[in-house]
Amino acid sequence: MTIPFAFPAPPAGSDHSELRAEVRAFLAETLGPDYGATLQARSWNGHDPEFSRKLGAQGWLGMTFPKEYGGHGRSALERYVVVEEMLAAGAPVAAHWIADRQSGPLLLHFGTEAQKHDILPRIVAGECYFCIGMSEAGSGSDLAAVKTRARRDGDGWRLNGTKIWTTYAQHANYMIVFCRTGDSEDRHGGTSQLLVDLSTPGITITPILDIAGEHHMNEVQFNDVLLPETALLGQEGQGWSQVMGELAFERSGPDRFLSSYALLNELLRVLGNAPDQVAQRAIGRLTAHLMVLRHMSRSVAGMLENKENPTLQATIVKDLGALLEQEIPEIARSIAPADPVPGPQHEFAQVLARTLMSAPSFSLRGGTREILRGIIARNLGLR
Amino acid sequence: MENMIFDTAEHLFSDFAEAGFEAMPVHAEDGATEWMPDLWTQIEELGLPTTLLSEDQGGYGLPPSCGLGLVRLAASHAIPAPLGETLVANWLLAAAGLPLADGPATLACGPQITAQRLQGTADRIAWGRHAQTVVVLSVDSIARVHRGRVSEQGFNLAAEPRDTLTWDCEAETAAAPVSEITFRAIGAVLRAQALAGTLEAAVTLTVEYANERQQFGRPIGKFQANQQPLAIAASQTAAARAGADMATDLLPLALTAPDRFITAAAAAKQRAGEAAGMVAGIVHQVHGAIGFTQEYRLQALTRRLWAWRDEWGNEAEWADHLGARVASLEPNGFWPFLTWTGDAA
Repeated sequence: MTIPFAFPAPPAGSDHSELRAEVRAFLAETLGPDYGATLQARSWNGHDPEFSRKLGAQGWLGMTFPKEYGGHGRSALERYVVVEEMLAAGAPVAAHWIADRQSGPLLLHFGTEAQKHDILPRIVAGECYFCIGMSEAGSGSDLAAVKTRARRDGDGWRLNGTKIWTTYAQHANYMIVFCRTGDSEDRHGGTSQLLVDLSTPGITITPILDIAGEHHMNEVQFNDVLLPETALLGQEGQGWSQVMGELAFERSGPDRFLSSYALLNELLRVLGNAPDQVAQRAIGRLTAHLMVLRHMSRSVAGMLENKENPTLQATIVKDLGALLEQEIPEIARSIAPADPVPGPQHEFAQVLARTLMSAPSFSLRGGTREILRGIIARNLGLR
Repeated sequence: MENMIFDTAEHLFSDFAEAGFEAMPVHAEDGATEWMPDLWTQIEELGLPTTLLSEDQGGYGLPPSCGLGLVRLAASHAIPAPLGETLVANWLLAAAGLPLADGPATLACGPQITAQRLQGTADRIAWGRHAQTVVVLSVDSIARVHRGRVSEQGFNLAAEPRDTLTWDCEAETAAAPVSEITFRAIGAVLRAQALAGTLEAAVTLTVEYANERQQFGRPIGKFQANQQPLAIAASQTAAARAGADMATDLLPLALTAPDRFITAAAAAKQRAGEAAGMVAGIVHQVHGAIGFTQEYRLQALTRRLWAWRDEWGNEAEWADHLGARVASLEPNGFWPFLTWTGDAA
C-alpha cells in the first residue's frame, strides 16, 4: 500500500554549475541592464527570433538531440539548467519555445529520417518555429473529439478543419496537426499527426486577442490544404498515443511553476531588506514551496534522462505549479499594496497587472487543472 | 542492502500496526499510549536504530534516505516508538565521539552543560519516560545522559508521550557536532518524513475506502466530486515527501555546511506541515462519518498529522526563518539563492 509515485533527486553532479554560470553571463550581456521586470513578466510569451538565433549559436537549443541531427547530445538535466535560467531571467524565448520543448522531441521519436534531417538542424539553429495543433472549438479538454480531418488525396493528403487557441501561429513555420485520418468507431483510433508547413496555400490565420488585448492566440483554418505524402508524422492511426507523448513533454518543464517569477522577484525588490513580519512569513512560505517544486521538477528531468516515463510526476508538478503561480499575485498585492495599473507609470503595479491578467491561463494551457486531477485520480486507482 | 532493510522493517511494522492502534487510549485526554516492549526489542534486533551510521561507526554506511526512510515507513503504519529520535541520537553521539545510546533514546535542548555536569529542565520531550538515553544539546556542547527525573508526564494529540525531564547530575559530554538551530532543523526533518509517511497512509486508506463504499449505486470514488480532492491530497502528499527527501539527502551537510541543510529542512517542514492540514481535511471529508469514529483507523493518522506539524517548529516558524534569510539577500539574489539551495542534492 503505497502511493504510486516518488520524486527522487536527480543523480549527483546534476547541478552543472559551469553551464549555469555561462548562461547567466550570456543573459546578463544579451538582455542588458534595461531589460526590466515588465519585459521579464511576459514569461515565455516574449517573441524575439534574433534572441532565439543567438541561443542556437550558443548551442542551447535542441540540446538533447543527437549530433547527427545537428543536436548537442547533452543531458535532460543540462537542458533543464538552460531552460530554468531563461525563465528566471524572463528571456524572450517564445519564438523557439514549442519547437525546442515538444515538437522537436516528437519529431525525434516519430519522424522519418528525411523529416529529422530537414527540420531538427533548423530547430537547433533557432530558425524554425512551431505551434501546437491540438485544440478546436468543439475539442478542448476532450481532445479525442477533434473534427479536423485529412483524407488521402492522390499521393498526398487533403486537410480540412479549424484549430484554435494556437499560440504564435502567426510567426510559426510549422504546425503539428492532430486530426482524424480514418473512420474508426473508437474515438482514439483513426487519428494521426501531420506535419504542416504553414506557408502551404489554403491556410488562414486569424488573431484572437487575450483579456489584455494582446495577440498571442489565433484561429487557424485549413481549407482543402494539399499536403505531400511525407507530411504524415509517425504512424497513421497512432495519433492518440503520439499526442499523449507530446503532452508529456509539454507538461514536464520548469515553465510550469515559474510563470509568475518576475512578479515575485519584483515583490522582493519592493520589500527590500526589512519586510514586516507578515511579509517575511509570506515570502518564506513561497520560498519553501518554490524550493520543493524545483526539486520535483528537476526530479522529472532526471527521470527523462533515465528514459523513465514521468508522465504522472509531470502532471503533479504542473498542477501544484499552477497553484503557486496563481497564488503569487494574490500574495503580492496583500503584502505590498498597489493598484494593479497597466502601463509604464509604476513597475511593480504594472508587473502585478500583467501577471494578474495572465494568471487564468496558467491552469488552462497544457491541460486544465480538472483534466490533470482526473489523470492523478486515475493513477491513484480511482474511477 | 537498502531494500532488504526496508522489506524487513515493512514486515515488522505491518505486524505491529494493529497492536499499535489498539494501544491508543480510548479517550484523547486519557494520556499517552502504552509502551510496546516487544516492538522495541524487535526494532533493536533488526539493527534499525543504527541505520544512519557509517561502517566505521558501527552502521552499514547507507545514505541518509535509508535511515530517515525508516521513519517515514514506521509512520505510515502509525508505529508508536521513538525510532526517529533514536536514529538521530546515535548519529549525533557517533559524530561527537560518544558511546551509542542504550535502548530507546530521545533528543532534548535547554538544560545547561558545564564540564561533566547537566543541570536544568527540558519539556515536551518525545517518549521521555521510556528513553534510556537522552542526547542533550546546549550551546556548543552535547551530553549523553540517562532520562533523569520525569517531572511531568505529558502527551500529544496522537497520545504519544511528551514529558518534562529534569537533571542535576553527571553526564558524558563533548563538543557539539551541530549548533542548536541545526539540531532543531534535524528534528524538523524527522517530523517532515513522519508526516510524509502518515500522509501516504491516509491517502491510501481513503482511496481504498472510496473504491469500496457504495452510495447512489456505485463506489463513491467514481464521483468527480471525490476524485478531484483526492488528487489534491495526493499532490500535497507528493510535495511533502519530495521536500522531506530533499532535506534528508542533505543531512550530512548538517555536520559540515549547515546553512544549506537548515534551509532545506525549513522548506521541508513548512511544506509538509501545510500539506498535513489540507490532506487531513480532505481524507475526513471523503470518509464521511465513519472516519470520525474512535474505532476506525483514520484517526490514528490524522491525529498524528495535527500533532507533528506543530513539533520541531510549525509552518510559521520555518517560514519566518526562510523569509528572514531571503530578506538578507542582495538585490536580485533570490534566484541564485534558490539554485544554490537545490544544487547540492
